[in-house]
Amino acid sequence: MTATTSGQVISDRQQLAYIASQAADARVNVELETEGMTLNIGPQHPATHGTLRIIARLDGEQVIWAEPSAGYMHRGYEKLTEVRSFPQVTALINRIDWLGSFANEVPFILAAEKLMGIEAPPRAQYIRTILFELSRIANVTLFLGDLGVQLGAITPVFFAFRDREYALNLIEAATGGRFHPNFDRIGGLKDDLPKGWIDEAKATMKKMKQFCDTIEDLLFGNEIFQIRTRGIGVIPKDVAMSYGLSGANARASGIDWDLRRDQTLPMAWDKADWKVITHPAGDSFARCWVRLQETREACSIVEQLVDNIPAGPIMAKVPRIVKVPEGEAWVSTENPLGEMGYYVVSKGDTGPFRVKIRSASFNNISITPWLLKGVFVPDIITILASLYFILGDIDR
Amino acid sequence: MSILDRLRSLIGDSIADSLIKPSDDLWVRVKPEAWRRTAQVLRDEMGFEYFCFLSAMDWMPSPFGKSEDDPTDEAPPRDDTIKQGYAGGDTRFQVLARLYSLKQHVGIILKVDVEDRGAVDSWVPVFAGANWHERETWEMFGISFTGHPDLRKMYLPGDFEGNPLRKDFPLLARIIKPWPGIVDVEPLPGAADDEQEGAVAE
Amino acid sequence: MLATLPYWGVSLIRILGGIVAVLLPAGSIVYIFLFKMMSFMQSRLGPMEAGPYGSMQLFAEVGKWLQKEDLAPDGADKRLFKMAPLIVLASTFLLVAVVPFGPDAWFTNFEAGVFYALAVSSVSVLGILMAGWSSANKYSLMGGLRAAGQLIAYELPMVLAVIGVVIQAGTMNLQQIVVKQNNDKIFGLHFLGNPYILTQFVGFIVFMIAVQAELTQTPFDMPIAESELVSGYMTEYSGFRFLIFFIGEFATAGVFALIASALFLGGWGVPFSWFGWHNIGDVANWMNVVGPLIMFVKMMIVVFLIMWVRFSFPRFREDQLQRFAWKVLIPIALANIMLTAILKVAF
Repeated sequence: MTATTSGQVISDRQQLAYIASQAADARVNVELETEGMTLNIGPQHPATHGTLRIIARLDGEQVIWAEPSAGYMHRGYEKLTEVRSFPQVTALINRIDWLGSFANEVPFILAAEKLMGIEAPPRAQYIRTILFELSRIANVTLFLGDLGVQLGAITPVFFAFRDREYALNLIEAATGGRFHPNFDRIGGLKDDLPKGWIDEAKATMKKMKQFCDTIEDLLFGNEIFQIRTRGIGVIPKDVAMSYGLSGANARASGIDWDLRRDQTLPMAWDKADWKVITHPAGDSFARCWVRLQETREACSIVEQLVDNIPAGPIMAKVPRIVKVPEGEAWVSTENPLGEMGYYVVSKGDTGPFRVKIRSASFNNISITPWLLKGVFVPDIITILASLYFILGDIDR
Repeated sequence: MSILDRLRSLIGDSIADSLIKPSDDLWVRVKPEAWRRTAQVLRDEMGFEYFCFLSAMDWMPSPFGKSEDDPTDEAPPRDDTIKQGYAGGDTRFQVLARLYSLKQHVGIILKVDVEDRGAVDSWVPVFAGANWHERETWEMFGISFTGHPDLRKMYLPGDFEGNPLRKDFPLLARIIKPWPGIVDVEPLPGAADDEQEGAVAE
Repeated sequence: MLATLPYWGVSLIRILGGIVAVLLPAGSIVYIFLFKMMSFMQSRLGPMEAGPYGSMQLFAEVGKWLQKEDLAPDGADKRLFKMAPLIVLASTFLLVAVVPFGPDAWFTNFEAGVFYALAVSSVSVLGILMAGWSSANKYSLMGGLRAAGQLIAYELPMVLAVIGVVIQAGTMNLQQIVVKQNNDKIFGLHFLGNPYILTQFVGFIVFMIAVQAELTQTPFDMPIAESELVSGYMTEYSGFRFLIFFIGEFATAGVFALIASALFLGGWGVPFSWFGWHNIGDVANWMNVVGPLIMFVKMMIVVFLIMWVRFSFPRFREDQLQRFAWKVLIPIALANIMLTAILKVAF
């Protein structure tokens, strides 16, 4: 065990990773260095799920220096929000993390509600929370399948796509949209749940828990999976905090921080009994494992909440033309990818004056130049897969 | 001792202004020369170890309004008085950032005034994660960060001119073709009644 | 029957037989395992439109590939680039030449058969290196280099695993090894003959793992590694040259499975005691027809194992794979040889 400059104790394994990166650094400075190879991974590459480009300088198979280059999907949402009205912005921000789209709407709507000083009725809060967790399940399910593909196991992804469909069907049944529900309204929700939805949700949650078991058997128990992910891409706690890693990536580094639990929002998470999952190791395996367990927790949250949805209206009384009073508000929630927050500035107009979108993947990926130093080419892919980014969430 | 009091005792006269909204958030505006020191103090002395985001604000009202004018018409006159938000300010631009203390479960929003095309100290030595955020801010607002190791464009092509998030940067798509979405917020029958009542929620 | 034909007639039959012995297994493996078994394992149906249960899908695919333009990248070394797939496929044909399918149904029958088979199986490395280098693509180059490192590393445990069989049989002639397995007895029992999988079980496992690596199937598929290297040394290929690589991949799987069944599973034979045969001269002529069928069934069983692993496992990293070969497989194979030699002398 060794102590870093910041006084934090790190394990031998982290020490080894550190030495490897130092060795990679040293090799650059040696005069007799052979010419390295610069490998462009992306923008079109099977492993970058989108158009992320990683420029890596290699020595053999070892990465000496790597830098992601974003912007191939920059859509300028922060600029576009300035010329849209508040309800229109919801349709835009749906597309930021397109796999967990309902979850993107919630913090923005909450921020607008905070500025207007209104709160959604309890029934709407419950349904929001349920749909939020469903989008988490739909999102992370795909991650669990995709993880296998990145590591060369092709079977899990088909199970993931099959079972994600059940969660998407639920979202579609309630909202009418599979990927982009656009269902959240300032003051509540567009519609109530359809008839029979609650029974359907319970049955689906059973299936999703079975899916988690399948993936755990198929992938997490596999020795090859373990040697490919354990001790790879170790992020110590202090580094994770200074890079602002959030979500499962932070919790896998031992940071006990979950915005669902640690802040008060007009949502229904505190009405259910669930655990915040953390893992001390900080490696790729920990990140994958935390996500798997979180899917199970999300299933259990949904199961508990659907039974207790209170009766009542789903919409608070809001004027037909929404004008948000002057002020500034910051609301962030624990989205499938991590902390997604909106800093909304209003000038009393129908549209926001400025919206700063703090997306999770942007911070999560900004650690890669630090993290990829000294790893092997196949590990780039595992580390990126385990950090789990959605390209729309980086570029916005 | 509240967070603000403690911060005041540590960096004292560097705080230009502050605002507390109970059960909401804490805004602190610091003087530009103390920008990096504030971060350092917050991280080392007060446990605000978690870097959330860093960005900037352009407080000038957009000369293009909501880009809903017909580009062929004469531009309507607009109010262009610059009015800063919470915790005040003196300049058109402000850099803002947010930090968390994971132990106290509390966040803080920091602001600093910066001149047009001006510079503030970079936070990279304190929070490594500020690197990309500062690059983005530099690209989008033209605010530079002294001490940033690698200030280059994040999203846009290298030969792109202009800083898109400045309010005086026109949204070109709207200039080519007026926005059809305006019909969405046309007053509906009875809308005027709602306005008069000022009815929000009970 | 063959004895009554002139020499050229026999040669013609054997050449045609060789082509069938390469293409038929490749086709069946692709359809049965790659299209159907993989789909069922992944809870989907696989191709269903072309022919009954999609059985004509393979012909549709081949037709598609043949129609595509024969592309070569601008920076490529064109001659090597075009030659590479042919060399890979040639190694498959060379390999099948020593596999016996019946008492007279063989292509060549010579004493150093095992030695020859292990030697020519390395020819494909040349083709793969050529493909990787000549494509003028960094991914291809890395794939080619990985393939070269991997194939050479796994050649060794494969050879060592086979040595156990050779010691036990006392011959390197594959036909003789097959006959020995069916003619021997184990623990005094004639009923099963003596398939070497029983006595050389460790050798069989090592051989199968090495085969998996030689075939660059998951978990040893870093040379192709579609999520890292796009498609490794095949990245730049399209049209019929890609088709040849594709045939090569699955035909080689079939041929290695044939060799494995000849070495460990008793090959084309049935235990001779069933029919009261005592040596190869006694074997009835109908075995020349039944033998290939038996071989085919055994091959499918072995390929099933290969494909089962391929569809279930994630892949190793390059250094982990090398470590596995040198630190695990080779010591086990050496211990196996030692044990076999001691027991051979003792009994």
